[in-house]
Amino acid sequence: MPKSHNTLRKPKREYSSSRRIPAFPRTPSRSAAIADLAAAFGGAWEYAPAPETVKVAIAPRYGHFIGGQFVEPGEGAHFPTVNPANEAVLAEVAQGSEADVDHAVRAARAALPAWQALPATERAKYIFRISRRIQERARELAVLETMDGGKPIRESRDVDIPLAAAHFFYHAGWADKLDWVFGGGHRPVGVCGQIIPWNFPLLMAAWKLAPALACGNTVVLKPAETTPLTALRLAEILHEVELPPGVVNIVTGDGRTGAALVNHPGVDKIAFTGSTEVGKRIARAAAGTAKRLTLELGGKSPHIIFEDASLDQAVEGIIQGIYFNQGHVCCAGSRLLVQEGIHDEVVKRLKRRLATLRVGDPLDKNTDVGAINSRAQAETIRRYLDIGSREAECHVGGVLGQGLSTWKGEGPMPSAATNGSLKGFWCRPCLFTGVQPSAAIAREEIFGPVLAVTTFRTPEEAIQRANNTPYGLAAGVWTDKGSKVFEVAARLKAGVIWCNTYNMFDPAAPFGGYKESGFGREGGRQGLRAYVRTGGE
Amino acid sequence: MPTVDPVMVQRRCAILGTRSIKKQAKVAGLTLALAMIDLTTLEGKDSPGKVRSLCRKAARPFERDQDVLGVRLPPVAAVCVYPSMIKPVVDELHRAQPEGRTVRVASVATGFPSGQYPLAVRLRDVQMAVRDGADEIDMVINRGAFLAGRYDEVAREIRETVQACGEAHLKVILETGELETLDNVRRASDLAIENIRPGDFIKTSTGKVTPAATLPVTLVMLEAIRDACGGPSGPLPAAHSPLPSPIGMKPAGGIRTAKTALQYLVLVKETLGDAWLTPELFRFGASSLLNDILRQLVKEKSGVYQSFDDFAEA
Repeated sequence: MPKSHNTLRKPKREYSSSRRIPAFPRTPSRSAAIADLAAAFGGAWEYAPAPETVKVAIAPRYGHFIGGQFVEPGEGAHFPTVNPANEAVLAEVAQGSEADVDHAVRAARAALPAWQALPATERAKYIFRISRRIQERARELAVLETMDGGKPIRESRDVDIPLAAAHFFYHAGWADKLDWVFGGGHRPVGVCGQIIPWNFPLLMAAWKLAPALACGNTVVLKPAETTPLTALRLAEILHEVELPPGVVNIVTGDGRTGAALVNHPGVDKIAFTGSTEVGKRIARAAAGTAKRLTLELGGKSPHIIFEDASLDQAVEGIIQGIYFNQGHVCCAGSRLLVQEGIHDEVVKRLKRRLATLRVGDPLDKNTDVGAINSRAQAETIRRYLDIGSREAECHVGGVLGQGLSTWKGEGPMPSAATNGSLKGFWCRPCLFTGVQPSAAIAREEIFGPVLAVTTFRTPEEAIQRANNTPYGLAAGVWTDKGSKVFEVAARLKAGVIWCNTYNMFDPAAPFGGYKESGFGREGGRQGLRAYVRTGGE
Repeated sequence: MPTVDPVMVQRRCAILGTRSIKKQAKVAGLTLALAMIDLTTLEGKDSPGKVRSLCRKAARPFERDQDVLGVRLPPVAAVCVYPSMIKPVVDELHRAQPEGRTVRVASVATGFPSGQYPLAVRLRDVQMAVRDGADEIDMVINRGAFLAGRYDEVAREIRETVQACGEAHLKVILETGELETLDNVRRASDLAIENIRPGDFIKTSTGKVTPAATLPVTLVMLEAIRDACGGPSGPLPAAHSPLPSPIGMKPAGGIRTAKTALQYLVLVKETLGDAWLTPELFRFGASSLLNDILRQLVKEKSGVYQSFDDFAEA
């Protein structure tokens, strides 16, 4: 230490006899503001409820949308669709029969000649108008999506609806440029039967409809039985933009309606997004017919995190990768392969980050994890948690709901559960460590907020383990080393590979799987291919 | 050596930026933010008259608070000035808070803002500021040495500045706008944290370089603090929970609106825990932020926005 410093160690004091740094006011004194402040310091600062306040009108009962108008189902059967956060019935929707499907397919067939004869620039205008109208009605659609499906309003508002609009916008641009893509001589496939899942209801409708319309096809769309409301709202939008009657028809119903659509001889192409189990049944049904088929099925996507990764960002990506939309994501990063040396550190960081996830009312703008989509899905998740707790070490999580055996763990509680009433279906984020590669929770798609952690030692072992699955939809690679990114990504058998990020979607990026995750691509130029015939096809 | 990848840092900040702070949470958050302000003036044209007026504002941010809000607002945390203004600040704060001064006196030093002076001069700057009555010293690191990879030199200079501070608290300005990458921000944060005392701060910027404080830079610095202070793997530490060796954080420069301030508090709450939501450990280096907070508090109470002219300038 230079000597000069010591000469000033005791500075001259002008105002107080002992040099003390003034203390901040802590105790309630003089005024309520200080008391409030003390509360803020002490009980900390809790966010007030921030519910989305837009009220959305929902009709008590909906029919099918066929030939440009809503029609009552032929056999008059309806079933309820419920809000999974409180089990309230939102509306009754029609159960599509074979006759309803036939009606819809005929309408689509009748509309086909005029629609495909329309100049491509005119088709583009319709698609563009759909996109604009989705943007204009975005708030309403987001609220409806959250009420019907249980996903947090933050996600439907910031992800689902903007991406749905973006898909229509993007494909409006392709409609008159197909000659450039296919070299001319292409024709629409014809009438497309499209069956979509309940995890991203409106977004999946957009993924399916936009390329089909851009290429000049007509469509019969069947939304999932638990989440039909935004598709029916989309029908209103199609009516508003004066899309010619019959170009898009929407038939609601359960798996029987879907089967009727798959088996209808008047359908030229089936596009399905959903479980591998149903996908296999559809493939069998379509085999030996002239129907074209694209399938986007399940996944058990791996995250590989190397010891040179940026740990906090990798942990954030893993959290976003598996707990996004309650894990109801086909490309959810449900398997975490972590290099052995950083296993404990990563698990510690994951648990710390998990504790800050806000589970609860999906309509609250600060909710990170909403409600499980349906009772059936909550029961599926619970079954896997029971198996998982025998196979591996569970750190946090558990399923909650009336009539669901409450498999409890630690971690964030849904606000509904802490309010005393246990309406709705919930799952607290789950984390399993010490999971063997052969364990059910490491091999089977759970479709819930459940992460299975295993370790590896070398890049070779990581690649081998990552590929050791019947699925091949997506993967994540986390490393700070560029050469490793390219080496590993090139050898992973997955349709989408994200490096140092996860769950990034763009209409221009093709999405689809390998192996039992299906075939065909959606989005980008590649996604158009399934909706045209070229040459002698 | 921890690395930082910007993509997920930005995504994390984007998501936390959408947190919706309403009603009583908004009032509590804004009051908290107000109490965390280091009310700052760092201009060549600063005069004793101007800083005296700033001190009045610091001690009593809103003279009509009891009439309009029905409560008396707390004073800000500190007044932050150049060394030549310390004496008038100390003098005026004692006058403004005769029943006991709570507003601290912070002074920039070490050849602020460039730090391009011999070490002896920088240390002397600190010693004189402390002698003149500064409770807190805001130093700048030697960015030339840092960017040239002479980390030991940077560390030694920080340690010597700590010595020169005596009992005064230290805030280490990294000047993140000049460090450019988040990897550098993390490395500089770690370097500073290793060489300061519990209760000292790391700080983003001088306010003289663009970009100044940003959410991503702040998140990376908060993560450095969290790693150094050894948080548990479970829930983040609650308010008032004992912290073995806490380091404070001060974003400074460019934080002008109440809404931005709340986003920073959200970042602190969800990265470090409520234990850090105190002016002992978190500050805003700002000037115009104060009146925007007051305007929002009045709006929460009355339902209507007032003109900026309804709030006295410092």
